[in-house]
Amino acid sequence: MGISVVNLTKRFGEFTAVDRVNFDVKEGELVALLGPSGSGKSTILRMICGLETPDDGEIYLTGENATSLSIQKRGVGFVFQHYALFKHMTVWQNIAFGLEVQKFPKKEIKGRVEELLHLVQLQGYSHHLPSQLSGGQRQRVALARALAPKPKVLLLDEPFGALDAKVREELRNWIRRLHDEFHVTSLFVTHDQNEALEISDKIVVVNQGRVEQIGTSQEIYENPQSSFVAGFIGPVNVLRGKVEAGKAKVGEFEFALDSSFLEGHTDAEALIRPSDVMLDTAATSSFPKGQVKRVSFLGWGIKVDIVLMDGQIMTVHLTKERFQELQLAEGQDVYIQPRDAKVFTRKAAAQDYSI
Amino acid sequence: MSGRKKSTRYYLLALVLGYIAVLILLPIGALIANTFAKGGMTFLKVLCRQDVLHAFVLTFSLSAVAVVLNAVFGVVIAWVLVRHQFPGRNLLNALVDLPFAVSPVVAGYMLILLFGRTGWFYPLLQATGLKVVFSLPGMAIATTFVSLPFVIREVMPVLQEIGLEEDQAAYTLGANGWQTFWRVTFPGIRWGLLYGVTLTFARALGEFGALFVVSGAVSGETETATLFVFRAMDERLYQEAYAVSLTLAAVSFFVLLAMEALRKRIHEEA
Repeated sequence: MGISVVNLTKRFGEFTAVDRVNFDVKEGELVALLGPSGSGKSTILRMICGLETPDDGEIYLTGENATSLSIQKRGVGFVFQHYALFKHMTVWQNIAFGLEVQKFPKKEIKGRVEELLHLVQLQGYSHHLPSQLSGGQRQRVALARALAPKPKVLLLDEPFGALDAKVREELRNWIRRLHDEFHVTSLFVTHDQNEALEISDKIVVVNQGRVEQIGTSQEIYENPQSSFVAGFIGPVNVLRGKVEAGKAKVGEFEFALDSSFLEGHTDAEALIRPSDVMLDTAATSSFPKGQVKRVSFLGWGIKVDIVLMDGQIMTVHLTKERFQELQLAEGQDVYIQPRDAKVFTRKAAAQDYSI
Repeated sequence: MSGRKKSTRYYLLALVLGYIAVLILLPIGALIANTFAKGGMTFLKVLCRQDVLHAFVLTFSLSAVAVVLNAVFGVVIAWVLVRHQFPGRNLLNALVDLPFAVSPVVAGYMLILLFGRTGWFYPLLQATGLKVVFSLPGMAIATTFVSLPFVIREVMPVLQEIGLEEDQAAYTLGANGWQTFWRVTFPGIRWGLLYGVTLTFARALGEFGALFVVSGAVSGETETATLFVFRAMDERLYQEAYAVSLTLAAVSFFVLLAMEALRKRIHEEA
């Protein structure tokens, strides 16, 4: 096992930032720790690295209990969101730093730094200072510096957060390829669901200091275990309604419920992906009606915002072909059939899952 | 519209230049003129006087002691104030500025109260045979006291600005606290520190009040350059007073030039 955290807990005064968190990262896996800002994901990463001390729980790195090891002895590579490069050192000196303080032989240092410069495609930049590099280049130097002393695990804290969209996209593809080549056990923190879905082998979704769900991109996208996960991963319509006579009534829609989950539940929430809705313009249709409010061009398809009878808004994604067939215009009536919906019911604060 | 703006700018420039001329250039001019009124040889002869040489050596030695002590402790204090949270932090932060606020004469007097004949530490000094007041240790303490805040006030904002992440990065790469300080933190604050040191040195060179109280001003023994100027004026040795004053002013001026160069350097690094 690459990384294992057991009941990890961190409190800041009264506030519990990380609450009994458990998860594993297998040897050679690339795992995303995904959550909104303030969810405690960075604190988890900093505890694994040793920059924060947990109040409770244990951390295992490659099978060894590292909970009370000093940062220096953990053998982790850490990549900071804002690079944290040594400003007064050249690219070469930055990458060599870890090797020098860990007393690698001189000859080996030279070879290793050159190898890493090649790996991050910055061979011509060894004498540049960080201030002379672009954001993407700086983050590549930070990555090379972290990898140089051959860490057991690599931790990345919002590694693409400070970069603009295009560079971010390039860099994350590049990191995925790098990982496929070298298989360093890696855990990276992100608040960007697309980033997590795209490059990770596995996603740990964190919210309010707790793990909400662990699974592959597909599992989490297609089978969210809570309304939080469903709402956080990918675009989704959240429609509110009531539980009535064993069914969830959400506007004009009715969804069957599993009776075992209904004890005292009064509120219902239907989560419907914009791509999981079929539209029709035929007046004979028996499906609930809505009115097209706005049509937007997305590039790969068309986004249609529809006002439902009860005033809630539903977003639907159509292919260009289907949109052509329907000839939709703003103000027009449409008939709506959800193909798939996740319905969650609740009483007070507790949340339960049902189909 | 733009014409009016232009004339306002000229008035403002004239005002600034006039102010500087009256307060800075004229006095310096007068000092230079008077120093060389009797020729360059007189000036050189004054500087070769035994008591003048001794006074300069003393002034530079005291300044050097103040610079070394305040550089080391200044960095430590700045570090603690920026990186640590502890009860009384705000009080300490305010106390650090006290040497700016207290008149140097008062500072000197406080030392007398501690180390003088009726002072708290007098029995201890008697027992060990050490002398503080009216001798070099007291003068070194006084000079260090009045120039204490500079390094702290220059290093603190730099430390704040660099933040913690570079240090943390060094730790994750296996560096211990000592390696991290010398290889990462120190290079980050070095220009700020050097600037603080220059200010400390300039301030120490010109110190008069505290030394006047604490030194006893014995010619050839505890008389610094500024104390010499004071005595020379008193004894109507005007040429001597002018020459030493001008030399002090010239040294300070070069220190200022060095400071300007340093400030540019700091801005370039930031």
